[in-house]
Amino acid sequence: MQFITPLWPAYPELFLLVMACVILIADLFISDDNRVFTYGLTQFTLAGCAVLTFFTGNAEPVYTFSGMFVDDLMADALKLLTCLAVITILVYARAYTAVRGMFRGEFFTLALFATLGMMVMISANHLLTLYLGLELLSLSLYAMVALQRDSVQATEAAMKYFVLGALASGMLLYGMSMLYGATGTLEITELAQLSAEGVRAQAVLVFGLVFIVAGLGFKLGAVPFHMWVPDVYQGAPTAVTLFIGSAPKFAAFAIVMRLLAQALGADALVEEWRQMLLIMAVLSLAIGNLAAIMQTNLKRMLAYSTISHMGFLLLGVLSGTIDGYGAGMFYVVVYVLMTLGAFGIILLLSRDGFEAENLDDYKGLNQRSPWHAFLMLLLMFSMAGIPPTVGFYAKLSVLQAVVQIGWWWVAVIAVVFSLIGAFYYLRIVKLMYFDAPQDPAPVTASGDVRALLTVNGLAVLVLGIAPQPLMVLCIEAVRASI
Amino acid sequence: MFWFFAAILVFAALRVITARNPVHAALFLVLAFCTSAGIWIQLEAEFLGIALVLVYVGAVMVLFLFVVMMLDINLERLREGFWSYLPIGAVVALLLVAEMALVLSGPYFGLDEAPRPASSPAGYSNTKELGRLLYTDYVYPFELAAVILLVAIVAAIALTLRRRKHGKYIDPAMQIKVRREDRVRIVSMPSEKGGNE
Repeated sequence: MQFITPLWPAYPELFLLVMACVILIADLFISDDNRVFTYGLTQFTLAGCAVLTFFTGNAEPVYTFSGMFVDDLMADALKLLTCLAVITILVYARAYTAVRGMFRGEFFTLALFATLGMMVMISANHLLTLYLGLELLSLSLYAMVALQRDSVQATEAAMKYFVLGALASGMLLYGMSMLYGATGTLEITELAQLSAEGVRAQAVLVFGLVFIVAGLGFKLGAVPFHMWVPDVYQGAPTAVTLFIGSAPKFAAFAIVMRLLAQALGADALVEEWRQMLLIMAVLSLAIGNLAAIMQTNLKRMLAYSTISHMGFLLLGVLSGTIDGYGAGMFYVVVYVLMTLGAFGIILLLSRDGFEAENLDDYKGLNQRSPWHAFLMLLLMFSMAGIPPTVGFYAKLSVLQAVVQIGWWWVAVIAVVFSLIGAFYYLRIVKLMYFDAPQDPAPVTASGDVRALLTVNGLAVLVLGIAPQPLMVLCIEAVRASI
Repeated sequence: MFWFFAAILVFAALRVITARNPVHAALFLVLAFCTSAGIWIQLEAEFLGIALVLVYVGAVMVLFLFVVMMLDINLERLREGFWSYLPIGAVVALLLVAEMALVLSGPYFGLDEAPRPASSPAGYSNTKELGRLLYTDYVYPFELAAVILLVAIVAAIALTLRRRKHGKYIDPAMQIKVRREDRVRIVSMPSEKGGNE
C-alpha cells in the first residue's frame, strides 16, 4: 500500500528539514571560532533548496499527501524567491550578528525552520497544514527576536510579538473552525468548490470569513491590526527585523491567496471580503504614511512604511481579478527586494556597539560612501514610487487593477497618500546628499555584502526599466494556480 | 446531559479568568478539561477524551500548578491600569459579544444541527482508526507538528541556557587532570631581616 503519492513535489521541504536537523547536530561539534562552517552549510542548504524547487517546478498543480500539499506555479515561484531572500538576509546579517554574539548555531537553525514554515504555508492546500506552517514560522520568529537576551528592548518586542501573534492565530483558528462547520471540509480545493456551489449555512461561512480576515490582517500588519509592527521592528535586532520584514511576506501573500482568492473565491464571498480588505487597505495607507512622517528612527519609519505597502498589496488582492492578484504578487516581490536593500544598508552602517538606526546617522552618507548613498537613493526612490525605479511600476499595476473594477476614488486616495509618503523617503535622500556627516567613520563591508547590495540596488533600477518579464511571470503564476 | 456538562464547562472557564487566586484558576482549568473530556466521550470520541484527561489534567496541569505555586506573582502590579482600560475594553467586548450572538443564535447552530453521530458497530476501535488516519492521510501535518515541537525545544534552550560566568559547576575530568602547578604557586620572598624570631 502506497500512502504518499507522489513524494517528489515535496523534495525541497524534505531536503530543508533533513539539512536543518543535520546542521542542528553538526553545530554542536563546531567551536565558536569555526562558526562560519555552520553559516556555509546553511547557505548551501538554502541554495540546494532553491535548485530543487526550480527543478521540481511544474506548470500544472500537483497534489500530494492526500491533497494536503499542492505544488503549482505560484508555489514554485514564491518558494524560489523565499530561498533567495533568506540567502540574502543571512549574507547581510553575518557581520552584524557576529559582533553581537548572535552568530550562533541557533540563529541559523531557527532561520532554516522559519524558511521551512514559509514553504509549508506557500504549498498548503489544507487549512491544517496552512496553520501548522504559520505556527512553525511564527515560533521561530518569536525566538529569533528574543535571541539577544540581554537587550530589554528585544525581549519586550518578542513578548509583544508573541502575545499578539497568539491572538491572531486564535482568530484565524476560530475562523477556520467556522468554515469547517459550514462546509464540513478543511481542504482548500474542496472548500472552493463548496463555497462556489453555495452552502446552506452561508451566514456561518461569512462569520468565519470575518475572523479569517482579521487574523490575516494581524499577520500582514494592516491597520487596525498593526500595533505590533513598529515596536517589533524597532525592538528586534536589525538582522532579525530584516528577516521578519522581508521573506515572510511571500508566505503571507500566499496564505492570503490560498484562503481568500482560492478557498473563498466565489463571487458572492468576494463581495464580502472585498469590503473588509478595502477598509484595511485605505486605513493602512493613511495611518502608515502619516505616522511614518513623525518618526526619527529609521527602523520604526520603515515599519510604518511596511504598513502602507501592505495597504497597497491588499488593494491588488481586493480587485478580485487575475490581473489584480498578479499585481499583488508583483508588489510583494518588489516590496521584499526594497526591504532587503534598505535594511541591508542599515546593517552595513551598524558597527560593534553602534546601531545606525536614527535618521541623523544617514547625514552626509554621500561623502562617506557615494556608491552606498546612491544605492540607498535608488531604494528610497523605489519605495516612494518614483520612475524609473520598479516601485513606480508596482504601484501603477496595482492602481490599474483597482481602476479596472471601476473604483476610481480608491486609486485617487492611494495616489494622494503615496505622495504624502514620498516626503519621508525623500527626506532620507536629502539627509544623505545635502547634510554634513555627523559620524566620520568610513563605511566598511566585506566583498560579498558589497556585491550583493549592489545587485540588490541595481535590480530595483533594472526591473523598473524592464518590468515585463517579472509581471508576466506573476500573472501566469496566479493564473495557473487559482 | 450535554447541557449539564456545557454549563459546568462555561462556569469553570469563566472562573479560570476571574478567580483571584492563580492556584484556584489552575484548578478550575482542570475542571474545564475534565468536563470537555466528558463531552467528547458523549460524542463517542473515547480515546480523545481519555487522552485529554491523561495528558492535560495528569501532566500539563500538574506541572502548571507547580509553576504557579513556585512563582510568587504579584497580583497588584498585574492589575495596575486595569480600571483605566476597563470602559473601552468593556465596550469593545460587549459589541463583539453582541455581534457574535446575533450570528450564532441564528438557525445554523443548535442541537438539531449537530445530531448524535451514528453508533459504531461492535468491535470498532476508535484508537485504531485514529492511528490509521494519523499515519496515512494526516502524516504530513503530523510530521509538521513534530517539527514545531522540535523548534519549541531549540527555542527554549537557546533562550534559557546560558553558561554562568561565576558558576560553581566543576567538570570532574578537569578535576582529575589537575596538576600541582595549576593550583599551587610558589613565591620566593626574601627573608625579612630583623623580624620577630
